Amino acid sequence: MATRGKEKIITVLFWLSALVITAILAGIIGYIVVKGISAINWEFISQPPSRAGKEGGISTTIIGTIYLTLVALLIAVPLGVGAALYLEEYGRKNTMFGYVLKLTAETLAGIPSIVYGLFGFVFFVIFLNMGWSILSGGLTLAIMILPTITRTSQEAVIAVPQEYRSNSFALGATKWYTIKRLILPAAAPGIITGIILSAGRAVGESAAVLLTAGSSLGMPLNITDPARTMAVHLYILAIEGISMERAFGTALLIIVLILIINYLANWSVRKVVRQ
Amino acid sequence: MKTKLECKEVKVFYKDFQALHGIDMDIFENRVTALIGPSGCGKSTFLRTINRLNELIEGTRTEGEIYLDEKNIYSNEIDVVALRKKVGMVFQKPSVFPMSIYENIAYGPKIHGIKNKGKLDSIVEKSLVAANLWQEVKDRIHKPAAGLSGGQQQRLVIARVLAVEPEVILMDEPASALDPISTSKLEELIGELKKQYTIVIVTHNMQQAARVSDFTGFFLNGFLIEYSKTNDLFVNPHDKKTEDYITGRFG
Amino acid sequence: MKKNKLSEGLVEILLRISAGASVLAIIIITVFIFYKGIPLIAKVGIIDFLFNLKWVPTNGSFGIGAMVIGSLAVTFCSLVWSVPLGIMTAILMAEIAPPKLADVLARFVELLAGIPSVVYGFFGLIVIVPFIRNHLGGVGLSVLAGAIVLGIMILPTIINISRDAILAIPKEYKENSLALGATHYQSIFRVILPAASSGIITAIVLGLGRAIGETMAVLMVTGNAAVLPDSLLAPVRTMTSNIVLEMGYAAGDHQAALFATGTVLFIFIVILNLAVSISMKAGTENGN
Ligand SMILES: Nc1ncnc2c1ncn2[C@@H]1O[C@H](COP(=O)(O)OP(=O)(O)OP(=O)(O)O)[C@@H](O)[C@H]1O
Ligand SMILES: [Mg+2]
Repeated sequence: MATRGKEKIITVLFWLSALVITAILAGIIGYIVVKGISAINWEFISQPPSRAGKEGGISTTIIGTIYLTLVALLIAVPLGVGAALYLEEYGRKNTMFGYVLKLTAETLAGIPSIVYGLFGFVFFVIFLNMGWSILSGGLTLAIMILPTITRTSQEAVIAVPQEYRSNSFALGATKWYTIKRLILPAAAPGIITGIILSAGRAVGESAAVLLTAGSSLGMPLNITDPARTMAVHLYILAIEGISMERAFGTALLIIVLILIINYLANWSVRKVVRQ
Repeated sequence: MKTKLECKEVKVFYKDFQALHGIDMDIFENRVTALIGPSGCGKSTFLRTINRLNELIEGTRTEGEIYLDEKNIYSNEIDVVALRKKVGMVFQKPSVFPMSIYENIAYGPKIHGIKNKGKLDSIVEKSLVAANLWQEVKDRIHKPAAGLSGGQQQRLVIARVLAVEPEVILMDEPASALDPISTSKLEELIGELKKQYTIVIVTHNMQQAARVSDFTGFFLNGFLIEYSKTNDLFVNPHDKKTEDYITGRFG
Repeated sequence: MKKNKLSEGLVEILLRISAGASVLAIIIITVFIFYKGIPLIAKVGIIDFLFNLKWVPTNGSFGIGAMVIGSLAVTFCSLVWSVPLGIMTAILMAEIAPPKLADVLARFVELLAGIPSVVYGFFGLIVIVPFIRNHLGGVGLSVLAGAIVLGIMILPTIINISRDAILAIPKEYKENSLALGATHYQSIFRVILPAASSGIITAIVLGLGRAIGETMAVLMVTGNAAVLPDSLLAPVRTMTSNIVLEMGYAAGDHQAALFATGTVLFIFIVILNLAVSISMKAGTENGN
């Protein structure tokens, strides 16, 4: 019958699409691994760059990436988890405020990173006079990842069985005590998943970071120091043609970092499911 | 009285669990056959072997034979799609598609190749009339079907089945989500439909089985315990277990 | 006891503040972006700013027309191939592939989503651009290169949201359709996909939003000539690239014009997102 023949062709097309996706992923990762692996050695990781990155390693950019990510998380995690608790545990989700907050989170999540960069630049760097610094970059990144952390924390808190609350209240516990001792521990794996995913976003971000943390190759010690992250470093190495070998090495390290983060996130998701 | 369906040693396994233990049952043409029994005894499973819908569930295995008009529906030559056209099914919860009443009914005929607008129109009307729904919806057949009441939705689903001109209609607890008035309308409808169709209906309501069916089968733990004329089964059960069940001593 | 009440109250206030932080953030973002951008748009005139093709900041000529068209061109070309591919993959994962395989594919898609834009841009610059230069002609840095890279980057958005939309369709639809004698594919194309269409449209719209807003990857592969592209192989500059390229040295009106570009992007994306979330809300209220 004609339909059956057509359906065979459609099936082939469907599977081809999966093949294309797989090939794209394998192609990108494979290519960067093959080309980047020779650049990577202990010097590359432990030495600071010299001659604008033409020589030496990328240690300062690794430190810059970690530093910036930690600062962003330090700011965003308490705010995001707090917002989630306020919405879910203090029954504010279905109020006008809850609705506004939901729209806000959706809007924040959709704003392109370049707009965040512009904002961070005029607000933190110029207006608040923080200059290009870990602090400016961290604050900007914090706003960018806030929606993710809030949403994943909300989901984690909702998943905590209702009986925990009623039983705890029945025993005379206060709300905050219940949250601290029962809800947060039970929701922790879910919250951690959100944090890990946000860390991934912070590590990979470049446009916003370039405009707010600068691109200085020096070792960032103070929170007011400017810094160059690995992502920004890769951009500059590649676009200015400084050193392709080092660009490949940097790209590979970023990919490895992202793979680790991805693996950790999946691992903690599985932990949530098992609960 | 002609045998429409002849089931021989029908066994169904869900992975390791055996849900049906060799069912032998003849189902007669233009009669209503009711399947009763406690929850989990395998009624739905049995019903779904008749249109081979069970095999959609991963890990199921069916053994035995079911002859529809003397052709084994489990033989390799059978076209499952054609089989399902012949054996329609009405589910417990009416599931109308998110489209208009008209499109819901026309769905099956279109799938089976009817494109002519006039022909579709007449099929839609005929099916709705046959399902006792035409009068209630004729002014809004192009409105979304989701706007109908539960009872109307169930009759719409029946009309949708009728539109593909089946020979057998399987009904799995079709009245369980309906109010008493809709239920009695449905029972009335079943009485009319049997003139043209062979109907197999699963029900938890024994009065309903007694009211609508000509034959009744009692299932328990995957076995067909007793199968006879409805009147005989309810008035004069042969098996102790059947008696216990219909007198409400268990289940 | 009294101390207890006090700290309970304090905690609630702290939580309320943290919840308010994102609202505060969006207000400040809006105010500052508008404050830096709107005056210039007012000065140049909205029509002139958006549609004038002349971008010569040194001359006081601030028309981002070429960049608007550049962004739209690259975005449109990326959607042309990634939307069909993404939707097909979503259907495959939700309806056709065995669950185990679908999970593996989902992991792949997650990885694609996790790869940072610079890495995509780098890959594009090193692999796709030379390929285009050697096999199709031109300098390689082109609309086409941007469309390929962007398309890959928005695939995860399209796949994940479409897949969720398809999975959210009640499985009864399929059962009923099959019971009426439809084949699996007929059920997919005639019931499941129409029922999931609003979710799939959301996927496309959000993918479009991501594509318009993407910066680094596009910047690295499109060549950035601030003129109208006359073919797929011609270089092009997007609004986002323009901001990054010139922010480093721009001052005065020039800088304001970059902010104004940001303002345009911001308004566009916010409208897009609000439209999606409001239409989704309307959808759930209709009981679908
Ligand atoms: N998909 C499945 N996977 C595993 N076991 C199943 C599945 N569907 C049904 N079963 C099992 O098969 C047995 C028969 O189920 P079935 O649904 O046929 O019962 P039923 O008589 O229709 O019950 P009810 O009156 O509650 O609808 C039950 O023990 C049930 O748990
Ligand atoms: Mg059942």
